[in-house]
Amino acid sequence: MRKVKKPVFFIVFAIIALFAVSTITGLDYQYGDIVHTYINGVDDIRLGIDIQGGVDVTFEPADDVEATEEQMDAALETIKLRLTNLNITDSETYVDYKGSRIIVRFPWQAGETEFDPEEAVKELGETAELTFREGSDTTTDDDGNTVAAGDIILSGSDVEEAGIGATQDETTGKIEYMVTLSLTDDSAEKFYEATSELYEESGTISIWMDDTMISAPTVSAVISDGEATITGDFTYEEAKELADKINSGTLPFSLETTSFKTISSTMGEGALDAMVLAVIIVLACIIIYMILSYRLLGVVSAIALIGQVAGMIAAVSGWFGFMDSSTLTIPGIAGIILSIGMGVDANIITGERIREELRKGKTLDTALRSGYHRAFSAILDGNLTGILVAIVLMGAFGAPDGFLVKIFNNTIFYFFSATTEGVIYSFGFTLLTGLIMNFIMGVFAARLMTFSLSNFKCFQKKSLYGGGRSVKANKNAE
Amino acid sequence: MSKQTKTLNEPNESKQQSKYKNLDVKVRDFIGKSKFFFILSLVLIVLSILSTFTGVDIALEFKGGTIITYSYVGDVDISTVEDTVEELIGSGVTVQQGDSLDSDTHTLTLSFSSNDGLTIEMQSDVTDAVTALYPNNEVTLVDSNDVDASSGSEFFTKCIVAAIFAALILIIYIALRFKQISGWSAGVCAVLGLLSTLIVTYGGVVLMRFEIDSNFMAVILTLLGYSINDTIVIYDRIRENQTILPGTPITDLVNISNSQSIRRTLQTSVTTFFAMIVVTVVALVSGLDSIRSFSVPMMVGIMMGTYNSLCFVPALWVWWQKRRGVTTLQPVKKKKKAVV
Repeated sequence: MRKVKKPVFFIVFAIIALFAVSTITGLDYQYGDIVHTYINGVDDIRLGIDIQGGVDVTFEPADDVEATEEQMDAALETIKLRLTNLNITDSETYVDYKGSRIIVRFPWQAGETEFDPEEAVKELGETAELTFREGSDTTTDDDGNTVAAGDIILSGSDVEEAGIGATQDETTGKIEYMVTLSLTDDSAEKFYEATSELYEESGTISIWMDDTMISAPTVSAVISDGEATITGDFTYEEAKELADKINSGTLPFSLETTSFKTISSTMGEGALDAMVLAVIIVLACIIIYMILSYRLLGVVSAIALIGQVAGMIAAVSGWFGFMDSSTLTIPGIAGIILSIGMGVDANIITGERIREELRKGKTLDTALRSGYHRAFSAILDGNLTGILVAIVLMGAFGAPDGFLVKIFNNTIFYFFSATTEGVIYSFGFTLLTGLIMNFIMGVFAARLMTFSLSNFKCFQKKSLYGGGRSVKANKNAE
Repeated sequence: MSKQTKTLNEPNESKQQSKYKNLDVKVRDFIGKSKFFFILSLVLIVLSILSTFTGVDIALEFKGGTIITYSYVGDVDISTVEDTVEELIGSGVTVQQGDSLDSDTHTLTLSFSSNDGLTIEMQSDVTDAVTALYPNNEVTLVDSNDVDASSGSEFFTKCIVAAIFAALILIIYIALRFKQISGWSAGVCAVLGLLSTLIVTYGGVVLMRFEIDSNFMAVILTLLGYSINDTIVIYDRIRENQTILPGTPITDLVNISNSQSIRRTLQTSVTTFFAMIVVTVVALVSGLDSIRSFSVPMMVGIMMGTYNSLCFVPALWVWWQKRRGVTTLQPVKKKKKAVV
């Protein structure tokens, strides 16, 4: 390793300080009423339902019906639409095809007091009522809700299947996606009558799911064979979404809840404060302990530790642009605290090694070099095994759409359906980020800072590095 | 480096003690106490397994079932609630009263005995019934947890498979990385030590009347990574000393490596243990029961992990090597270049 120059300490220190501060505060600017967030701070962290309160529910088709992937997609679309209708904007939904499960999580809405989670969940699982209506008129019912007014042409049971089709424009070469619709034989006649009537007056047919209009295409042809298409500059995703929604009205099963959890927010708020307090106490005490035990190396490890904690918070808040933000749960914070305790391990291993080398009578520079060098293989092996375990945890218990989960579910956990046990996933996530940050901060940053500091005259006393009184200067080794 | 090594080994081989002196660390005789460690570990493991017979509380999330908690003010009669709800759903229910954090409100916890869980409609009916029974007591739903028995047991099995899978990966990793110190035996010893840590942690959880819940699983899985780390630091030292101190009898080699690592192992255990003490105290003060079932078992695991990696695993490994007739490890020539 090349000689580390004096200013390096200040550069590393400044970077860590900047990183830590920006992790806490975030970076945004307000233009009018709109806040642009460049960097997510602590306030942008999404809190888990155990802190914020909320609902965690798993749906499965009732009566052990075997559902196809298309049917599960359709059922998921219904639930998403209903979540929006219930004004639940911050929900997470996952579908697991193997176990035919849909997992929905949503937090308590801010300021919501009259919210009835049981009613809401009941509503989410109901079969959607799909209707095709003449025109797109609406009217207001007795409760002041906007409902469909047009005459019903078809209902969900008349649709055999909705799918996605594509045509290529001959001149531009652009691919256009559309939704294909095949109707049952009985209803083809009804649809023929309606389209021939509406085609005359270039009217529209609106498609409704419960009381939400999901599409209102203009009738551009008379359909007699029960095979229709809906076009309209769809992307593939848009076409799929609409097809899924239409399919959801034709599902031959209803959903039932197999697990259902509600947590009130009153418990969680106190819990968050308590856990944050615990983080601060542990951090402060360990910093003091490290400085007392390892003097200057303790100071270095304290700076590295702060960087490490900031790194873990950053991983949760989405500070790193390339990483999605995650959800902070109480067990997640417990995991962070555990990582603080474990995180100084790299510094302890190195500190002990340097102390040992100094006791052998080596010069400061040699002792630092061989201390860091020899400690590295232990730290590497220790951290890598930890990372392997963390990957197993995240792969086994993450959300079904995660990258690791896809690999694991098709190999080692082939016989299991995906579970999204938030607790274990949270631990895996903090364990993993903690260990990675440990490499960056506890090994590389700490090393740079130590070598840089050792250039200063005032920091060249061996006792500052744990050498102790018994150390005799050994000029020969130089 | 090479110069340094020489000076270490220069003293005449006959005086074993003088060889240790140059290491500048007090060499403790760990391996001499092997018998004691084996007996202690055996006793702890047997006791932990026997603790199962004192009754194991398996959490709802694994066994399935329903628990609903309401908060209320004033007074309610537990048996009235019990009768009403039992009549409504047609199966047994246990009602418990509790106090919540702020003193005015109390909590009412309904545990349903059926393991199949309640449908959402039935839960809704129960809430309506309880509210109707005491319209003036501000009965509100605090939290509810309902798990289907089959998905609960599937989750449990998955945890076990994940743990076994992780353990296998660790054995393979150690076997490859520590080839020089006969990797497979090192890997198997490390995992046996880990297993005993986990079994004793389980025993601790059962005896302290904590539930076997997902926190417990998280502790088990976290210990997989944490506790193996301790063992690896010691293996790493053995691997290194094997080259620095060629020809040293295996017993001495392990004693030296252990003595050199003990400060580090204890320091890290202390910081981690302390972190968990703080969490436990904070959880106790603020009534956060859900975290205590993580931090307390974790403390048991940290203690056991420290003991196992310093005492049980090295003793077991030395015993194994001796059984195989290995008394000294061959120094490995093709070692990465050392720093001077």
